[in-house]
Amino acid sequence: MRIGVLALQGDVVEHLSALEESGVDAIPVKTPEELASVDGLVIPGGESTTVMKLLDRFELAEPVIARTREGMPLWGTCMGMIVVARDVTGTQQPTLGLMDISVRRNAFGRQNESAEVSLPIPALGGKDFPAVFIRAPWVERAGQAVEVLAERDGRAVMVRQGNMLATSFHPELSGDRRVHEYFMRMVRDAPVGKRRKIA
Amino acid sequence: MAETGTITVKRGLAQMLKGGVIMDVVTPEHAVIAQEAGAVAVMALERIPADIRAAGGVARMSNLELVRSIMDAVTIPVMAKCRIGHFAEAQALQQIGIDFIDESEVLTPADEQYHVDKNPFTTPFVCGARNLGEALRRINEGAAMIRSKGEAGSGNIVEAVRHMRAITGSIKALARTKDLKAQAREMRVPVKLVKEVAEAGKLPVVLFCAGGVSTPADASLMMQLGAEGIFVGSGIFKSNNPRLFAKAIVAATTHFDDPKVIVEASLSLGKDSRAMEGLDLRKIPESELLAPRGN
Repeated sequence: MRIGVLALQGDVVEHLSALEESGVDAIPVKTPEELASVDGLVIPGGESTTVMKLLDRFELAEPVIARTREGMPLWGTCMGMIVVARDVTGTQQPTLGLMDISVRRNAFGRQNESAEVSLPIPALGGKDFPAVFIRAPWVERAGQAVEVLAERDGRAVMVRQGNMLATSFHPELSGDRRVHEYFMRMVRDAPVGKRRKIA
Repeated sequence: MAETGTITVKRGLAQMLKGGVIMDVVTPEHAVIAQEAGAVAVMALERIPADIRAAGGVARMSNLELVRSIMDAVTIPVMAKCRIGHFAEAQALQQIGIDFIDESEVLTPADEQYHVDKNPFTTPFVCGARNLGEALRRINEGAAMIRSKGEAGSGNIVEAVRHMRAITGSIKALARTKDLKAQAREMRVPVKLVKEVAEAGKLPVVLFCAGGVSTPADASLMMQLGAEGIFVGSGIFKSNNPRLFAKAIVAATTHFDDPKVIVEASLSLGKDSRAMEGLDLRKIPESELLAPRGN
């Protein structure tokens, strides 16, 4: 099993080390060739306007969409949640439009409102998850196919739709690896035939 | 319970900016151009460093109305500068909700002995450094991000290279050093911090480069020398085509290790492009150099 971390901008290294610590082969993905070699993809934290432009400029947007539609597990953290969303509330900001969610950017506030929060996530077991929110988005609207896995103050902050996972917070910044392990299980359980279809 | 202003969230924002370009802007219109070009953040200023240098006199925190209008114009994080040691300017910037404060040698220092005690602030700080000692002293004071100083507004990369090599070189040397206590004494920081750096082989905060980047190749050079991202001050809005320069420097920073992309980025500027005028630093009187301020 090999998991890629989209490496156009953002906290790529943090995700790579979290995945490696959990015992998986992890590589940075900057090109369509690298994308074709992975079984799952993480879109890390960073700036969504920047990364959307770079996805287009370096011809990665289409292949990411194609592989995800074929079943490749995809996980977006913070910026990644924005990038995979259907749309961004109150703006015309382009996204990949993969998950049936609308997100609000900087929903919890600017940097001074960035915070560490003890978050109950039933899917990860009884212990609260130490969630790091940085200028974080929330899910404003979730379609019927979307399962809400965690909420903060009544706002959805962790959602799953089939092979796609999105978190408003940054599991790569806390020592707790349970969300990374959850995503690794999604990759392990993905239908084998769907992997590496695009060369 | 939500805990704000922790070391994790302050250092964390800098981590989200990695691999990106932070651009100096003096108007909301500039800020939009920067965001459109793919900047990860903007630095809101009254004057870019090249103009501060030319104007002389005392350079202070920017007009807050201007800073606010830039915050309203873009969705990416906005940074602003306070004078070295001027904690009241920093408090004002925190109060208006700025995302990052740059305690900067580009402005005229307010305190010749002390930097701002940055630990109590909720807003994260970035500080300049010429060497590992400066970097660690700033981190010990609470800086959540370090940038090599370079020589701002010079259009000359030589000082940025010197400072980046000094920082990364000293970190490598630390790994081979037996007496970390002596190092800590010499750098005037706690041994614990020195040990942490020696063991990790890197700073505990993100390290960007600043001061002199004017071309896509400059950005690539600094990333290859160990910068985790780039500040561009005068290099964009003192060029003859800010939109193209901004976009090209972003592309070169993303694919810093791929000469093909550096060539494409450089060609995208067109044959009439001109980077900002550079200065020969040997001809600048020592009293006018910015980097030695605040050591």
